[in-house]
Amino acid sequence: MRVFLDLLSERLHTIGAWLLALIWVLPLLYAVWAAIHPIEYEANFDITAPLTTYNFINAWSQAPFARYLVNTVMMTSMIVICQFTLCTFVAFAFARFEFPFKNFLFALVLLQLLIMPDILIVENYKTIRFLGIMDTILAIGLPYMASGFGIFLLRQTFMSIPKELDDAAKIDGAGVLRIIWNVYIPLSVPTFVAYGLVSVSFHWNNFLWPLIITNSVETRPLTVGLSIFSMSEAGVEWATISAGTLMTTAPLFIAFLIFQRQFIASFMTAGIK
Amino acid sequence: MNKKNSLISVFFLLAPGFLFLISFTHIPAVKTLMNSFFSTGRGKRPSKFVGFDNYEVLWNDSTFWQVFSNNIIYACVVIPISILLSLAMALWVNSKIIGRPFLRFSYFLPTVLPLIAVGNIWLFFYAPGFGLIDQVASALGFASLNILGSQETALWGVMAVGIWKEAGFYMIFYLAGLQAISPDLKEAAMIEGANKWYIFWRITFPLLTPTTLFVSVNAVINSFRQIDHIVVMTQGGPDYSSTLLLYYIYEAAFMFWDTAYATTLSVVLILLLCIIAIGQFFVLDKKVHYQ
Repeated sequence: MRVFLDLLSERLHTIGAWLLALIWVLPLLYAVWAAIHPIEYEANFDITAPLTTYNFINAWSQAPFARYLVNTVMMTSMIVICQFTLCTFVAFAFARFEFPFKNFLFALVLLQLLIMPDILIVENYKTIRFLGIMDTILAIGLPYMASGFGIFLLRQTFMSIPKELDDAAKIDGAGVLRIIWNVYIPLSVPTFVAYGLVSVSFHWNNFLWPLIITNSVETRPLTVGLSIFSMSEAGVEWATISAGTLMTTAPLFIAFLIFQRQFIASFMTAGIK
Repeated sequence: MNKKNSLISVFFLLAPGFLFLISFTHIPAVKTLMNSFFSTGRGKRPSKFVGFDNYEVLWNDSTFWQVFSNNIIYACVVIPISILLSLAMALWVNSKIIGRPFLRFSYFLPTVLPLIAVGNIWLFFYAPGFGLIDQVASALGFASLNILGSQETALWGVMAVGIWKEAGFYMIFYLAGLQAISPDLKEAAMIEGANKWYIFWRITFPLLTPTTLFVSVNAVINSFRQIDHIVVMTQGGPDYSSTLLLYYIYEAAFMFWDTAYATTLSVVLILLLCIIAIGQFFVLDKKVHYQ
């Protein structure tokens, strides 16, 4: 009896897990279906329905997706490079130096985990207008350059590196920057990869702030471009919207397919620290 | 290295990062609070000190109270459901179930997709008449539903997307937590004759409390921060029935250009987040079992 019950519960678990997984991929499958079939079949699930690339071509010609993609890539790489640099410096100071008000300053860093720039859109908008850089890619990135999350993550990693290593480097006459570059960065590569992946997917997908701050094709990232494309008054067809949606998510999605393990491992390391 | 030199190093290490941090987080936060006591300057009329006027307007604004309760309902539904689902997902993916790679892939998938694109797809899902949900409903003999178009259901439609988007993300943290638990504990309990249910509730779940704390703090922040799907799916409608606080702030600031009111709303949002975070920390911290 016990064996039977165990088997039954195992079966129920398998069915539950698969059912949930199917529900979870269904929206994406639905979008794929609509995108690769003619419009007549968008809600008519016939296996023999003819395939078409028309929707993709149509979407591509109706909005400057190539330009949006370039903008997103520029914005994301600018943010990640700045975050890496600024957070490394700040994290190193907190990990390896003693100085007055250290705890207070660290609390200021951690406060940003709670009060994120996303919530301060009104005042940050005023700052950007004051700086006279409205509608620039730089403006999208500025509020995110120093990230409390990144500083915390790197500080944890730096603190786990044995201090003897920098003492050895100091005897060789290396300065702070040399020590960071030659000792700390090489030993923290997994953390940088983890933080990089988390940060890239956050900023690639970020929407509200870029929506507020951009106003032209030359600066809009993919997410904003997609929303304008799909909410246009002209009444774009579902199939075309699906195709556009798939195109804009494709780069990150393909990267995720290829690097699935690293992605999940990265989010894990980023979360545990 | 002498003390003076090291202080100089610290200064140069901290200065660039803190310049950005303070200018885009701390100063705006303080200015938000200050500006909530001033009126919105329009044209030739500059903004002037109005004391608690904005807060009085807010107190008497029935829309604000509706939005506020929407957000509380949103948080109270989305947070527990997505945490429970994420725990189930993590347990499944961590067990010897058939097709683990596929399960892990599909659970985590929504995390890497932009919420705005996801909202588009779900909009299609919900579409009355030909959307998948309506097709299934009509096949089962139910009347056609306009989930996002009616005041009673719009918020629920948006909450489903929130749960779908978040659960896979939290699964990762539970997965990490589960893998950190020593298998010896489980074996010992099994030798003692404990069943799976007992092992889960008396051993696994208590050991996961730090993860639960971390995940729930994140979940609270996200339930007040994520509004991308609302922008694309309902624009807060119909009649504010699916508006959340941050969307209301966005609307006040960038559609009606009433920045004073928007900052007042922001103060409420910030206070709410701080109170919940502190409360959560104190309540859950007492129950955390550190290894």
